[in-house]
Amino acid sequence: MKLFLKIWRQKDSKEKGKIVNYEIDKISEDMSFLEMMDVLNEKIVLEGGDPVAFDHDCREGICGSCSMFINGEPHGPDRGVTTCQLHMRKFKDGDTIYIEPFRSRAFPIIKDLVVDRTAFDRIQQAGGYISINTSGNTLDANTIPIEKENADKAFDAATCIGCGACVATCKNSSAMLFVSAKVSQFSLLPQGKVEATDRVLNMVKQMDLEGFGNCTNTGACHVECPKGISLDYIAKLNNEYAKASLKK
Amino acid sequence: MLKKLFNSSIGRKIAMALSGIFLIVFLTQHFLINITSVFSDSLFNWLSHFMGTNPLVQFVLQPILIAGVLFHFVMGFILDYQNRKARPVNYAVFSSSKNSLMVSRYMILSGIVILSFLGLHFYDFWIPEMEYKYIEFKPDDPNRYHHELVEKFQDPIKVVFYCISFVFLALHLVHGLASSTQSLGTSNRYSSLIKKISYSFGIFIPLGFCFIAIYHFLSH
Repeated sequence: MKLFLKIWRQKDSKEKGKIVNYEIDKISEDMSFLEMMDVLNEKIVLEGGDPVAFDHDCREGICGSCSMFINGEPHGPDRGVTTCQLHMRKFKDGDTIYIEPFRSRAFPIIKDLVVDRTAFDRIQQAGGYISINTSGNTLDANTIPIEKENADKAFDAATCIGCGACVATCKNSSAMLFVSAKVSQFSLLPQGKVEATDRVLNMVKQMDLEGFGNCTNTGACHVECPKGISLDYIAKLNNEYAKASLKK
Repeated sequence: MLKKLFNSSIGRKIAMALSGIFLIVFLTQHFLINITSVFSDSLFNWLSHFMGTNPLVQFVLQPILIAGVLFHFVMGFILDYQNRKARPVNYAVFSSSKNSLMVSRYMILSGIVILSFLGLHFYDFWIPEMEYKYIEFKPDDPNRYHHELVEKFQDPIKVVFYCISFVFLALHLVHGLASSTQSLGTSNRYSSLIKKISYSFGIFIPLGFCFIAIYHFLSH
């Protein structure tokens, strides 16, 4: 199929970017979106141009590296998948495809479609962990009884790959879905309860410092999340944060 | 403790939710009094006279209500400003209609329409009432309220403007009530029930206010 691509090109974080038009032909519907981008880059390189920079790593929907805002949606028009799992069969011959970087003040553009998502890393570093005693007295996690319901919820929260689609699609660039998943995956488990109060306070504090917007409960983040993280975690985070603030 | 809570993004959302729920309680009370005007002049007059002369309502609840309204609007504008700042460059294509309801995305717009409606409503009812009681010191007449209400709704342009404003109020409430409970961290198991209540309330109350305005316009 033949496609008309409108891609955001930006030399670096300081220079102003713009949409650049490309035409690409002989694209198979069995290709993944990233393979289509590879074909485009080969064409650009052969023509002596600068290839389009974009993030990718595992290409299996696990690592959360790929981003791209495709035709107005993070990871494109398909649901429950990342850009690397998006296939060209979702498009038609002659389609125009807009490809932009994830946009947020907290995700500055490094080049073209590559954005700096280390704001998420700093939020994780602020409390997204469990301190484990490694002195030899560590309790085997499998010996701790955990309610099935909580184990399932914690596991669902832990499926968040931190890709940033929630921030990209939220009209306010809010990171609440990401933070709520990262807080809940620990606070639902007995091992995570010890540090639960400090964790939620510190992670929300860091989230605010990074410059993300406020959550207005539109629910767009849940719809676009490749892992389908539920909005219930945001309600849980609000609840946990209010209680922790009153405690400290 | 509370300062830390309300300095955070979640805290501000909780404050917004609490003020919103407070205004919803007031709106319900306002509706229940107004609907009596449709079936009983005397009951409406009695209730209005009580609300207009009771010192607790006049000098304690009324200032709290005005403060609540102001807080909700000012905080709404602050949050909207912060949210716009969080994305300095907009997308060329943003397909938000594919993942969220329009009512949830345009709360600030429906809020601005409601704010302008409140201006007219104050000009129509509240300011004349304050003049009557506290500036002109006119004699207390417990039977004047129903007649005054009916008189206000004889202008068709005003009735149409009121009804349009109530449509925007419905759009605001449909998302606002459910969103408030989410911000307050209500238990997940009730979220579907809360959504149903929110939709029913958001449509029923503004529809009821529309009915009152149209009823008085048509029946007199």
